Amino acid sequence: MIAVIRYSAGNVLSVMNALARIGKDAVLTDDPAVISKADHVIFPGVGEASSAMQYLREHRLDEVIKGLRQPFLGICLGMQLMCSSSEEGDASCLGIFPEHVTLFPRDRGYKIPHMGWNSINGLSGPLFNRSSNGEYVYFVHSYYVPLSEHASAMTEYDGFSFSAALSKDNFHGVQFHPEKSGEAGERILRSFLEDL
Amino acid sequence: MLAKRIIPCLDVKDGRTVKGVNFISLRDAGSALELASFYSDNGADELVFLDITATVEGRGTLLSLVRDVSRTISIPFTVGGGIRSEEDVDAILGAGADKISINSAAIRNPEVISRLAGLFGSQCVVLALDARANSLMPSGYEAVIDGGRTPTGLDALSWSMEAEARGAGEILLTSMDKDGTKDGFDIPLTRLLSTSLGIPVIASGGAGSMEDFKDVFADGMADAALAASVFHFHEIDIPCLKDYLRKEGIIVR
Repeated sequence: MIAVIRYSAGNVLSVMNALARIGKDAVLTDDPAVISKADHVIFPGVGEASSAMQYLREHRLDEVIKGLRQPFLGICLGMQLMCSSSEEGDASCLGIFPEHVTLFPRDRGYKIPHMGWNSINGLSGPLFNRSSNGEYVYFVHSYYVPLSEHASAMTEYDGFSFSAALSKDNFHGVQFHPEKSGEAGERILRSFLEDL
Repeated sequence: MLAKRIIPCLDVKDGRTVKGVNFISLRDAGSALELASFYSDNGADELVFLDITATVEGRGTLLSLVRDVSRTISIPFTVGGGIRSEEDVDAILGAGADKISINSAAIRNPEVISRLAGLFGSQCVVLALDARANSLMPSGYEAVIDGGRTPTGLDALSWSMEAEARGAGEILLTSMDKDGTKDGFDIPLTRLLSTSLGIPVIASGGAGSMEDFKDVFADGMADAALAASVFHFHEIDIPCLKDYLRKEGIIVR
């Protein structure tokens, strides 16, 4: 069973629709018992970091998520919440990854949010079993996770490189939206669900 | 590198697409869901649906179309047209749209932009701005509404800057002088806004040839280009357009 975590951040419908398109049944839930028993857990998110963290704490989902041992995929804000902290709303996050989430520097002349299709490179790990370097996926974000040893994909925005994906043990995160990235995104979801 | 986006626009009424020439006369171009699905599979980077239905029953039809589109396609899409309230936005995003666009409602009450950005996030608030050349305006362009029939007295550049400051995440800029002419995008207008703003600008109005797209990206500095009839009537095929743009040194997906 695939559990998609229901919480205050939006965009869960897009994830459920994408899973249905690739023939996967998923349960949308905020029940810790259901989440703990799932074979795969997906943590979507579009929204603001500090209010999302507050919701997770109020529903005791923060401790549940940190204790999971099955394959776990955070998407966009979901991935950022897996880091130690975020500049957005000065939020303390889940701390699965030690990185600090930072606002794109505003003095470089490029536009914020980083919105649209960008290529992913330096791909490593099972999430990208079906992907190739240089493939395009869809991003919408104003905050980014710096490159580190946990980066399993990277992206460049006007000469500025950041983590497009993170991996550590059973925990994976993608900064982009595989559920909105056409056929390239569907292959990444498939790799997560079928190879992990 | 971030790719320039190609965005087909579907004007919809009762679940079917229509395309107005200068927004006045309408021609039927088929089923909105079928067309959306075709574009999603054939190289479109994003879709925009503009609902021109005025009736309450029509709004219900729109929501069911949004739900069907969200289930069917795997690329982002924006829904605009007649959006007035937070309830409208909540219903459209709840049905699966990624972004909404607002136009007249924001001009009548700019506070709407701030409220929607605060509630739903800037990433899903697109300001649709219809502009027409007017030498009496400081920037040379005036914002117009009601399909171009009503001037607002607002300078198009200062209005777009206010919208950005209030939290709009993107500007959908339509040149009312160029719309329907197939004479090329309004390059000076697009360039003016795109270089003045810190948010992406989608250029719209006037696409007639593949070269027009190259010009609006290379000279107009647009982040995305939107067109309707050249795609709906197969005058330009998106995969061919992208091959052409790649050869011209424009980064596309």
